[in-house]
Amino acid sequence: MPMDPSFVGRTYPPTAPYQVGREKIREFATAIGAADPAHHDPDAARALGHPDVVAPPTFPVVVSERASQRVFTDPELGVDFSRVVHGDQRFAYVRPVVAGDELVCHLTIEEITQRGGHDFLTTRTEVVTTAGEPVVTMWSKIVVRGEG
Amino acid sequence: MELPVRTYRVTRADLVRYAGASGDFNPIHWNDRVATSVGLPGVIAHGMFTMALVGRALTEWAGTADAVVEYGVRFARPVVVPNDDEGTEIEVSAKVREVTEDGLTRLDVTAVCQGEKVLSQARATVRTRG
Repeated sequence: MPMDPSFVGRTYPPTAPYQVGREKIREFATAIGAADPAHHDPDAARALGHPDVVAPPTFPVVVSERASQRVFTDPELGVDFSRVVHGDQRFAYVRPVVAGDELVCHLTIEEITQRGGHDFLTTRTEVVTTAGEPVVTMWSKIVVRGEG
Repeated sequence: MELPVRTYRVTRADLVRYAGASGDFNPIHWNDRVATSVGLPGVIAHGMFTMALVGRALTEWAGTADAVVEYGVRFARPVVVPNDDEGTEIEVSAKVREVTEDGLTRLDVTAVCQGEKVLSQARATVRTRG
């Protein structure tokens, strides 16, 4: 059954704050082979004007995971997770995520379309600090493959 | 202008490490039995791992870890990672599309694995420190 387009505009309550740790940034940077000292050494990050180590550009997906799970497990939306493929991903940064950030995600369903028997669902997630400072906006388009 | 090509080797061990670091434990990224049961040729890399490697190339080209202002991709094809020590390779290249007066560089990015584009519509904007 195609996904109901009336869910466009649906928002989810903000996630509990995600505490960005210095070691988590180092672990993520190491996993992608990013050796730039600003990901690892607080002094190198401070030399660029940041308070602590800087996260690589795609690190916000770690932060937004809890928000995404709400969409996938929303019983009214009824996404069959076993049929989900990641279609598009985009980030627009106000500034990089840094260690010490406490980040909250505000997720909105921005678009639902159908093509070729598949559903396409785009979410927009505003990642802001607990003080309300915007950090990054993320758009994810998932494809829910049709049956057969 | 074209930026110097960067090549990243990806092995199963890299996928396990990325799974742990990112929290994405979907078994299609580490378990052949599950990957083939859903119609994939074998274990594939996380799309976000490929995107992260390209993001690394962006910061390396720009010369600073905090340079990326905007970055988006479409996942066009899966990156199949064989179960051996060699793994596979992702080749990342980019062309400068525009340099704005306020110090932003817009790039069109290409990521290729086994001769096929694995990302499409991959674009980024980076700030170059003056």
